[in-house]
Amino acid sequence: MEKLLEVNNLHVSFDTYGGEVKAVRGVDFDVHKGETLAIVGESGSGKSVTTKALMQLLPKPPARIKEGEVLFEGRDLAKLSEKQMQKIRGKDLSMIFQDPMTSLNPTMKVGNQIMEGLIKHQKMSKGEAKRRVLELLELVGIPDAESRMKQYPHQFSGGMRQRVVVAIALACNPKLLIADEPTTALDVTIQAQILELMKNIQKKTDSAIIFITHDLGVVANVADRVAVMYAGKIVEIGTVDDIFYNPQHPYTWGLLGSMPSLDSADEDLYAIQGSPPDMIAPPKGDAFAARNDYALKIDLEQEPPMFKVSDSHYAATWLLHEHAPEIEPPESVKRRMKGMARSASGNSEGDQL
Amino acid sequence: MSQESLLEISNLKQHFKTGRHSVIKAVDGLNFNIYKGETFGLVGESGCGKSTTGRTIIRLYDATEGEVYFNGENVHGKKDKSELKKFNREMQMIFQDPYASLNPRMKVEDIIAEGMDIHGLVENDKQRKEKVHDLLETVGLDQEHANRYPHEFSGGQRQRIGIARALAVDPSFIIADEPISALDVSIQAQVVNLMKQLQRDKELTYLFIAHDLSMVKYISDRIGVMYFGKMVELADADELYKNALHPYTKSLLSAIPLPDPDYERSRVRFNYDPSDHDTSEEPEFREVGPDHWVLCTTNEFEHYKKQLATV
Repeated sequence: MEKLLEVNNLHVSFDTYGGEVKAVRGVDFDVHKGETLAIVGESGSGKSVTTKALMQLLPKPPARIKEGEVLFEGRDLAKLSEKQMQKIRGKDLSMIFQDPMTSLNPTMKVGNQIMEGLIKHQKMSKGEAKRRVLELLELVGIPDAESRMKQYPHQFSGGMRQRVVVAIALACNPKLLIADEPTTALDVTIQAQILELMKNIQKKTDSAIIFITHDLGVVANVADRVAVMYAGKIVEIGTVDDIFYNPQHPYTWGLLGSMPSLDSADEDLYAIQGSPPDMIAPPKGDAFAARNDYALKIDLEQEPPMFKVSDSHYAATWLLHEHAPEIEPPESVKRRMKGMARSASGNSEGDQL
Repeated sequence: MSQESLLEISNLKQHFKTGRHSVIKAVDGLNFNIYKGETFGLVGESGCGKSTTGRTIIRLYDATEGEVYFNGENVHGKKDKSELKKFNREMQMIFQDPYASLNPRMKVEDIIAEGMDIHGLVENDKQRKEKVHDLLETVGLDQEHANRYPHEFSGGQRQRIGIARALAVDPSFIIADEPISALDVSIQAQVVNLMKQLQRDKELTYLFIAHDLSMVKYISDRIGVMYFGKMVELADADELYKNALHPYTKSLLSAIPLPDPDYERSRVRFNYDPSDHDTSEEPEFREVGPDHWVLCTTNEFEHYKKQLATV
C-alpha cells in the first residue's frame, strides 16, 4: 500500500507559566492510502495535539513543534509557512471536529459554509459550487438539500449538523481526513449512522482516515489499524485484530478491561488505578509505571523501546524483553480477548428474534 | 434481592410550557416500581425524558400529573418543612457534570458536610471533620483533600466528591444522572466499581440514568427503555438484551459498537421506524412475559407473546 503520511519522532510542547508541558514526546506512525488508523487514549494523552500538529492548527505560541517531521506525500508539513499550509488544509487534509455546534459558523447559511472551500481551493464559480454542495448534501444523507442549504446551523439537529461538518470536510475530496471524536457528542443510533456514512464515503473516494476516539467499540467498528497513546507517546500499535485479540501492553489491557462486555457477570471491572501523569514533569522511566500492576523495576529507571511482536504489531513495554518474567494479562482481559466472539454470536441470535 | 418496592411511580407526567399554546410532554405517563436494593437502569436517546424523570422523582420539578410513592408516601403531596427534610435525607442525587455540580467557592469539606449541617447530623466540629474524612476514604480520596477547592481535582476525583456528598446524609436511594458520561473510560470503570461496592456495603438502591447501554447492562438489575417520554420496554437486564421485543429497543441494542472487531464486522444494524406500529388503537404498557413489559397494542401483544414463547 502507498504511504500517504509519515510522522517521525514528533515532539510538541506548550510553553506555559507553569513550565513546558510536553504534550507529545516522540510519536512515529504512518498512514497508508485508503486505510483508517484509530488513535485511542485517555484525555490528555496527546492524541488531539498530535493531529492538530499535523494540520498545523495549534496556536504558536504557546505551542511549539520541538522536533520531528510530518511527511505528507513527501513534503514536511511542519516546515511549511502558514500561507503554504492554507493551500493544503481543507483541500488535501481536512478535519471533522467533535462538537458540531461549535465547529459551524452560526451566522452563515449551511450551503455557504460548504461552498467556501470549493470556491477557494478548486476555483469553482458560485454556480458550480452550488451544484457540488447539492451533491455533497445528498452524499451525506441530508434530504431536501435545495432548501436545507439555505438554512442556518441552529435549524439542524445534532446528527444533521455533524453530517454538514462531514460534507464540509469532504468537499474537496481530501486525501487524508482527520476525525477528532466525531461521534462522541451524538446518540448511539446517530453515531452508527455517521460511522456508516464515513465508511461508505471512504470506499467511494479511497481517502485515508485518522480517527481519534476513546470508545473502543467505535475503534473495533471503523479501524484497520490502531495506535494506543499514553502520556504523549504511542505505547502500542498494530492491526485492529492485534490490539483486540493479542494486546501486549498493560495499558491496553486496562483499556480493554475497563469496558464491560454485554455478558459480564457480577464481578468488578478491571480498572486502571490513579490518573495520568503531569506532563510538565513526566516521570522518569515508563510514564505508565505508577499505574501499572505489572511494572518491573526497570520501568522506573528506563523507558521501554518499541518491541516488535509481529510485522504489523509493536508495543513499548519491558514485558516483551527476553529477560522479562512471563506475565499473563488479567483474567477478565483474557476472557475478553477470547470470549467476546462467542458471547456476541449468542447476542445476535437474540436480536434476530 | 427482595421484591419489596421502595419507589412506586404511577402515571407520572411532566409537561413543560414552551409558549402560549405549545407544550412539551417530556415525560408522558410513566408507570414503574423500583425494588429495594436493586439498580434500575433508565436508557434512551437524548431528549427522551430520562433525566426529567429523575429530576421529577426527586422533586427538582413538580410533577404535572401522577404520583411518586417512596416507601409508601407520596413525594409530590403537600408536605411541611420537617417532612420534606426527612424525605430529602432519604433520597440523594449524583449529577452528570462533575465540573458544574460542585460549588467552586466552597472547600471540599464544606461541600460534603453541607447536607449534614442542614439535617443536624453532627454535634461539633470534631465530629464533622471525622465524618468528612470517613466519607473521603470511603470514596477513595485522601483526608488531606478536605481543605482543597474543587478546581484542584480531576474529573474522576470530582465525581467521587459528588458521591461522597450524596452519601453524607445516609440516604437509602440515589439517583445517578449519567454519572460517568463525562469521564474517561479507565476512570469510568473506577467510579462504577466504587458505586457497586457502596451498594453492597450500604444496601443502597440506585436509579441509574445513562445512554451508554453496555455500562447500564453491566450495573443494572432491571432496565427501562424510554422513547419520547414514554417507557417502551421494561425487563430484567439479561432478558432485555437477549429477548428485546420492542423494535426501538432492538434498534438501540443493534447500534452499540462492541470492542470486538470480528463482531463489529458482522453486526447488522436494525432501523426503527415508528410508522411500522399497529395504529388501530392506543398502545398500552402490558406484561408480555414474567416481569417483561412492553408498550403495545392488543395485536402486537399477542404477537410479542408468541415471539417470547418460541425462545
